[in-house]
Amino acid sequence: MKTREMATGQDEGNGTPASSGRSFAENQRLDREPNPLKATARDVCVFYGEKQALFDVNLDVEDRSVTALIGPSGCGKSTFLRCLNRMNDTIAGTRVTGRIELDGRDIYEPGLDVVELRARVGMVFQKPNPFPKSIFDNVAYGARIHGLAGDKSDLEEIVSTSLQKASLWNEVKDRLHEPGTGLSGGQQQRLCIARAIAVSPELILMDEPASALDPIATAKIEELIDELKENYCIVIVTHSMQQAARVSQRTAFFHLGNLVEVGPTEQIFTNPQDQRTLDYITGRFG
Amino acid sequence: MAGYAFLAIAVLSIVAYFIGQSAGRRFQAQVGREVHSLPVYHGAFVAVWVGIPALILVLLWLLLQGMVINQLLLASLPDDMTNGVSSARLSLLLSEIHNVAAGRIFTEPSPAIVEAAERYAVWERIARWAMLVVGLSAAIVALFVARSRLAPRFRARNGFELFVSGLMIACSVAAILVTIGIVASLVFEAMRFFAIVPPTEFFFGLNWEPQMPIRADQVAGAGAFGAIPIFVGTLLIAFIAMLVATPIGLFAAIYLVEYADSRVRNVVKPLLEILAGIPTVVYGFFAVLTVAPAVREAGSAMGIAVSPNSALAAGGVMGIMILPFISSLSDDALKAVPRAMRDGALALGATRAETMMQVLLPAALPGIVGGILLAASRAIGETMIVVMAAGLMATLTLNPLDSVTTVTVQIVTLLIGDTEFDSPKTLAAFALGLVLFVVTLSLNIVALKIVQRYRESYE
Ligand SMILES: Nc1ncnc2c1ncn2[C@@H]1O[C@H](COP(=O)(O)OP(=O)(O)OP(=O)(O)O)[C@@H](O)[C@H]1O
Ligand SMILES: [Mg+2]
Repeated sequence: MKTREMATGQDEGNGTPASSGRSFAENQRLDREPNPLKATARDVCVFYGEKQALFDVNLDVEDRSVTALIGPSGCGKSTFLRCLNRMNDTIAGTRVTGRIELDGRDIYEPGLDVVELRARVGMVFQKPNPFPKSIFDNVAYGARIHGLAGDKSDLEEIVSTSLQKASLWNEVKDRLHEPGTGLSGGQQQRLCIARAIAVSPELILMDEPASALDPIATAKIEELIDELKENYCIVIVTHSMQQAARVSQRTAFFHLGNLVEVGPTEQIFTNPQDQRTLDYITGRFG
Repeated sequence: MAGYAFLAIAVLSIVAYFIGQSAGRRFQAQVGREVHSLPVYHGAFVAVWVGIPALILVLLWLLLQGMVINQLLLASLPDDMTNGVSSARLSLLLSEIHNVAAGRIFTEPSPAIVEAAERYAVWERIARWAMLVVGLSAAIVALFVARSRLAPRFRARNGFELFVSGLMIACSVAAILVTIGIVASLVFEAMRFFAIVPPTEFFFGLNWEPQMPIRADQVAGAGAFGAIPIFVGTLLIAFIAMLVATPIGLFAAIYLVEYADSRVRNVVKPLLEILAGIPTVVYGFFAVLTVAPAVREAGSAMGIAVSPNSALAAGGVMGIMILPFISSLSDDALKAVPRAMRDGALALGATRAETMMQVLLPAALPGIVGGILLAASRAIGETMIVVMAAGLMATLTLNPLDSVTTVTVQIVTLLIGDTEFDSPKTLAAFALGLVLFVVTLSLNIVALKIVQRYRESYE
């Protein structure tokens, strides 16, 4: 909670308040002040069995901003993202070395409870994956398992604010008890975002959240991400360079398991330092 | 001789195949891509033409030969032997002739019979040779006909495909006909039973004593065919079996899917599948020789009287038998829940137990219920274990320590020993069989429906 209160100071540094109509230049101003770091990765290597998928990745994630991970397919973007909430633990035979800190605390240290970590680090997947439960129960799920709501009205409050933040409230407020799987793809994805927000995570990971959606639903999601960054730290994997440019402040380019280049989004897209980045953003491979 | 005929037809078909194939090759060499079908299809087309009609001819011949020769034999016998004689007597006469012809002589046969037997032997030999000749000439004629039809633009592939689809239709029709035949015979015999014993007595009577010698005029009166005790006994044993199998199978599946690491899984899964491979007669042994005495001793140690073939022993062992069923179907159902569902819950910070109880199990529930219903239908229809370990006396009780009997046990005992095919005792077996069939069929249909609907919801 303490980090959230600092937000007012940061807003001015970020320029205009959240809105959909923000232009590329405003969003990615090079001269904006850097935010404090939310997460840091140092020399992170990931092995799937014998196969190494990530090589010595060093990356800083700023709070209250959007960090985009881009790169050709199979370069390890999802792998890195899954390190941040230790979802890699659920894949048998995976090994992570190096150090990843969240608010200065090593998330791979033995004493840490992954359940607690995942309550602080939310995740939105590529394909919307609502549970086969009602819309209400979907959003309330995390709050229930973590005991965030004291009574029924608390829970209703959490559900409605989460749905509002995910800008889904108006579309579903009359059908909260219908199954979440009955919504359209874009609505389902926003439902999943609401479900993640409902646990009040500090960091939200999104793995190609709009890749299964049509352009209009995609625009809604992007708008939403832009609003969410006022309160949350977001790391997003995307294949669309336009999307990275539109929503992110910092961009990291991965290639063959290496972090090639990371910097302010504008710099990555206008003045990349590495030849491979240039080739990728100009569409020469990937 | 029939064997030679089949062999000859097979050899001819193979020859025909190569003739057709080489013709096809020649067409290809002559006109190249213009040939409609590949050489193999030309070969297959000719082979089918040669093989199938000849085969049908020989089979029909074998079917009819005996009948025709018998008619001829009867006609050739002196009139005084056949005139006004019952058909049963005639068939005895024929079998005597066959026996004499085969050299199996029990009593000194009359000269007319000996003569007839000689005629029979001759006709029989002629008929066999004739069959061979007819079959082979049919095959050879077909070979020429089929070969003459081959041409570069001839659609040999379509012809062969037509034959293959005909073959598949014939096979499925045969399977359906057999099923219909079995059901029809069950229904027919059961109706004969219900003509003697009213259905109300069968379905609602509380007294089952079919083994008593019953005179025809007493049948309907005594109330000896009330099947309720049997139905109750069947359900009791199946219920005990489900009580054993459902929790163990379900928890085993949960453990294997979510908790066991791959080394444990690689050992435990095959072990569970071995359980499914044990012949039921071995389970029967185990129930009679090990479990039943153990249950009995445990009972007497506690001062409770336990019947030597208690429902508990039979049901418990049956539960072990259907356990792999439930565990593997639940395993499949749990695995079929999309990984995204599981990841979604874990990423929200749910523990593995919470993920299992609140997300995976509810999502897999229809599949699991389907599996349980399938297992229940197995338990109700299971025969060997209960024949060996359950009782024969139809006592109406819900006490698992008593001896009860089941539908399958009764069917077996009704049909063992001296039976007469129109006594209600024998016919009762068909009525019981019909009930069993209807119950297990509906359980299976419901279970498959549930499983299917559930599959669709994730596709
Ligand atoms: N569960 C796994 N087991 C083994 N190897 C894996 C597994 N998941 C990913 N990999 C491998 O790790 C490498 C990086 O995969 P990752 O999914 O992180 O790529 P990505 O950048 O997200 O690609 P995409 O853009 O296609 O999603 C790939 O070579 C992939 O084959
Ligand atoms: Mg990926």
